[in-house]
Amino acid sequence: MAAAVFQGFGASTALSLSKSFDSKRVKLPFGRSLSERRASFVVVGSDGRVVLDSSRAQKLVTNAVATKGDSAAATSASKPGHELLLFEALQEGLEEEMERDPLVCVMGEDVGHYGGSYKVTKGLATKYGDLRVLDTPIAENSFTGMGIGAAMTGLRPIVEGMNMGFLLLAYNQISNNCGMLHYTSGGQFKIPIVIRGPGGVGRQLGAEHSQRLESYFQSIPGIQMVACSTPYNAKGLMKAAIRSDNPVILFEHVLLYNLKERIPDEEYVLSLEEAEMVRPGEHVTILTYSRMRYHVMQAAKTLVNKGYDPEVIDIRSLKPFDLYTIGNSVKKTHRVLIVEECMRTGGIGASLTAAINENFHDYLDAPIVCLSSQDVPTPYAGTLEEWTVVQPGQIVTAVEQLCK
Amino acid sequence: MSAASLSSAINAIRSASFAHDRSALASNAGHPSSSSVFLGSTAGLRFNPISSSAGRPRSSAAAVAAVAASNVVKEKQPKSSVSGSNLLITKEEGLELYEDMVLGRAFEDMCAQMYYRGKMFGFVHLYNGQEAVSTGFIKLLKQEDSVVSTYRDHVHALSKGVPARQVMSELFGKETGCCRGQGGSMHMFSKEHNLIGGFAFIGEGIPIATGAAFTSKYKREVLKEEGCDHVTVAFFGDGTCNNGQFSECLNMAQLWKLPIIFVVENNLWAIGMSHLRATSDPQIWKKGPAFGMPGVHVDGMDVLKVREVAKEAVGRARRGEGPTLVECETYRFRGHSLADPDELREPAEKAKYAARDPIAALKKYMIESKLASEAELKAIDKKIDEVVEDAVEFADASPQPPRSQLLENVFADPKGFGIGPDGRYRCEDPNFTAGTAKV
Repeated sequence: MAAAVFQGFGASTALSLSKSFDSKRVKLPFGRSLSERRASFVVVGSDGRVVLDSSRAQKLVTNAVATKGDSAAATSASKPGHELLLFEALQEGLEEEMERDPLVCVMGEDVGHYGGSYKVTKGLATKYGDLRVLDTPIAENSFTGMGIGAAMTGLRPIVEGMNMGFLLLAYNQISNNCGMLHYTSGGQFKIPIVIRGPGGVGRQLGAEHSQRLESYFQSIPGIQMVACSTPYNAKGLMKAAIRSDNPVILFEHVLLYNLKERIPDEEYVLSLEEAEMVRPGEHVTILTYSRMRYHVMQAAKTLVNKGYDPEVIDIRSLKPFDLYTIGNSVKKTHRVLIVEECMRTGGIGASLTAAINENFHDYLDAPIVCLSSQDVPTPYAGTLEEWTVVQPGQIVTAVEQLCK
Repeated sequence: MSAASLSSAINAIRSASFAHDRSALASNAGHPSSSSVFLGSTAGLRFNPISSSAGRPRSSAAAVAAVAASNVVKEKQPKSSVSGSNLLITKEEGLELYEDMVLGRAFEDMCAQMYYRGKMFGFVHLYNGQEAVSTGFIKLLKQEDSVVSTYRDHVHALSKGVPARQVMSELFGKETGCCRGQGGSMHMFSKEHNLIGGFAFIGEGIPIATGAAFTSKYKREVLKEEGCDHVTVAFFGDGTCNNGQFSECLNMAQLWKLPIIFVVENNLWAIGMSHLRATSDPQIWKKGPAFGMPGVHVDGMDVLKVREVAKEAVGRARRGEGPTLVECETYRFRGHSLADPDELREPAEKAKYAARDPIAALKKYMIESKLASEAELKAIDKKIDEVVEDAVEFADASPQPPRSQLLENVFADPKGFGIGPDGRYRCEDPNFTAGTAKV
């Protein structure tokens, strides 16, 4: 795990260094200024990883910031809101909900004293104590089940999978207990639990730490799944997931934890069921989520230069789909490209294709095109890994084909 | 070595530990204390009350120091709570235990009949022979205490107070069942009675029970609900003890001193797999001390012995002293399920345990101790027959679940079905309440 733990930080350090930040930032809730957070972040990030990863990190930054360019450029001290990184946004959402509701608690491997493998729970154990932020032994199915038992008896636990892939060990608990107990108990027991953690294809983490789990989880009845992709939606979805009475799986992406964005100071909660319009357009609907949003936006730049006007939607809710936002877009553009990191067979894209065909077939002028990652165990080698997930160039080509 | 000779070997071991007489708890005497700290470790447990914003660590001694599990042995309770008498129970207690066990037995016998008559389907696992365990533990619990069961859960539900009508109706798949017909034989739940489930896969209920116990601790220590002394009892079988979740949860429960009692109903067989063929060390109770908690072996065919052990274990949990592992040696008088031809168990083994029928034993004890007359017990038998008959009539007469029920409990918040093409939440569609929508 050690390698995986700091994976995100190398990239993000590069990212944060490439930006200037104003140390006189607005105060964050709970009396901690952003500069304090930034300071501690830099300490973590400067432990040599930057050098190791700099070329690829730089490349990722380009990808990731492509979309963020607009909001980042707009950053200025006079603007309202405060700027933070995605993992800090998750932490902020979590902390606000813990402050608001004493039933909210966190459990998982290294969430307490260590602060979480990607620092999402940093500082919470000091503030709320070891029972509310419970470091568990390495026993995924048992502590996940324990979270479910706690949820059934009145708590609102957030279970962190140190790496989402580890939750495959808890698959029975997630499927049979999270997904089914409300139903089999005839509605007597609610399971207001959030299962979250870092997932997706990182940077050369090897097959087991580079899982695309959404395909495995999507057919479990009774659970909702959301994927965050910006600091803004990460915080809003975290808060919504915690407040939901349904079990929610919140997917975070290892390569997005250090995206920076200015978010409102005021409290906000997003809808778990709504998609996010990223870029309105006329020619083609591109549906994406999580990290692929940034590959899509990078491609979108090229496409715009080539005279295309793509509409980009981050579907955000992986289960259920926001058929309203998606449908409206299809009715406008009549062409759909799906770009996902999920595996091709039985993936989110496959389900999305089916849902669009079922509901909006008459509006389509061309067959739906779905770009998924390859059905291979995620390779370790950088080149092979790159060929496994969808790259911006493929997206450009696909749009050109689709709009012919 | 044949199963039979293995079986007699283990029985020898077991009778040896029964030789401890009433003090079943003595069987774990002398295991090492777990309170020592590793050299060089300065780690303590932080504990912050909800009101305080500053993280102020408590003294580590108060926080996690595990009580030497052997203390439990030393502080053995007086044998009888009945003052001025040698008896283990009062007349009222005896009658309650008898009635509960008879209910369990009669209910299960009726299930077999109803299954063969085509009134219930699927896998139906009956509890006959094991009643002393359910009754011995659950009749000591309060309504607020939680019980987590397995696929063999009907009788735990009954002991916990779920009306026989609701359990039978659930088995019939009817709307009036305790889970509206959505659970079935292996998924009995009752929020009112804090029966948090029948769990159909081996071992998966143990983490859930651990979570319920965690909630009790959380309520007491984080939410400051001082009066919260609720405990959780997790029942499971010998086969489950070879599953990782058993060991993982024993570890966590003792680590955090959760108010939970792990009750092994060791009926010696995991379907067709003899406990002795599956388990390197068949004395399951020993695994308690291995995790730093008391492990107790008790005759699971004797409700009074079970009750005595249960009293101590439940008391420990209630006082915040942590979990206990109790191995009840018992036997199922029927096959694993009603679909099991039960060909592997030796007739001699079955006969041996049949002779130790827990209901007959309690009856004998009560009559010989003059706690009850034969007539009084007969009256209970008759009353229970009527209760069970009534449950069947009720279940039979109850309606099938209507179509409208199909989509009702998929999500606690039906917004989970999402937003439809028309921009409205799909659950607002009349087809959802009708149960005809495609999901």
